[in-house]
Amino acid sequence: MTVEALANALELSALVVAEPEREIDGVYIGDLLSWVMGRAKSDNVWITIMSNINVIAVATLADVSCVILAEGVSLDEETLAVARAKGVNLYTSPKTAYQLAAAIAALPV
Amino acid sequence: MSEVVKLHFDVDGEDFTSAGQASVQVKKILRQLGINPEIIRKVSIAMYEGEINMVIHAGGGYADILIYEDRIEIHLVDHGPGIANVEMAMREGWSTAPDNIRSLGFGAGMGLPNMKRYTDDMKIDSALGEGTRITMRINL
Ligand SMILES: Nc1ncnc2c1ncn2[C@@H]1O[C@H](COP(=O)(O)OP(=O)(O)O)[C@@H](O)[C@H]1O
Ligand SMILES: [Mg+2]
Repeated sequence: MTVEALANALELSALVVAEPEREIDGVYIGDLLSWVMGRAKSDNVWITIMSNINVIAVATLADVSCVILAEGVSLDEETLAVARAKGVNLYTSPKTAYQLAAAIAALPV
Repeated sequence: MSEVVKLHFDVDGEDFTSAGQASVQVKKILRQLGINPEIIRKVSIAMYEGEINMVIHAGGGYADILIYEDRIEIHLVDHGPGIANVEMAMREGWSTAPDNIRSLGFGAGMGLPNMKRYTDDMKIDSALGEGTRITMRINL
């Protein structure tokens, strides 16, 4: 499934759409950045409530397919500009990380 | 074997928000060199953890990346306080990071373990009051 299809299916609000055709593969949930870098796999959807600029670098380095900010978390304009420049797919949703993960698990593959 | 590419980055110890720029830059260059994506991921994450550590724990330093035909070496050098007990510092979850760093999502004590996980060889030379030199090698 592509990032764009995922965003539509989960009714995510787009913050930065850089590479909507990118394929997603699996999910990682976490806010501690070293855990994400140690455990998330390439192409994972990364769900987090962490909302500072380091999220963008970690998303880039861990090579996740997209970041979903749960619980309605958003980012300031400066951080969004960095995400745009780095080409990071970034979405937000009012749902909890659990609700998002459960919704992804229920999607047809 | 002869050195193909050498990259040098100064890591600013004052600027936490720009920390990671060197790693992201390295990732970009490795991509241009056509290096395998999984290798790029390992190199750039290992370097980022080291870069963040230099900012959080050592007041900055520098990073040299040496790209050879058969391996990539990352040399991280700082003149910070040094690591009192390297064996302890290598343990997952062990951290001296202050609360303000934790609130940014760092300080989980997983940085050095990640650096070890993603590299084929890692050496830490540290002296209290003098600084720390970390050398990592990733085979190509
Ligand atoms: N460059 C460094 N200079 C001084 N101390 C360091 C350095 N890198 C790591 N340390 C020490 O080792 C500990 C563990 O490092 P790490 O595994 O990266 O965890 P964290 O950075 O989350 O605390 C740090 O909390 C710090 O005490
Ligand atoms: Mg660290």
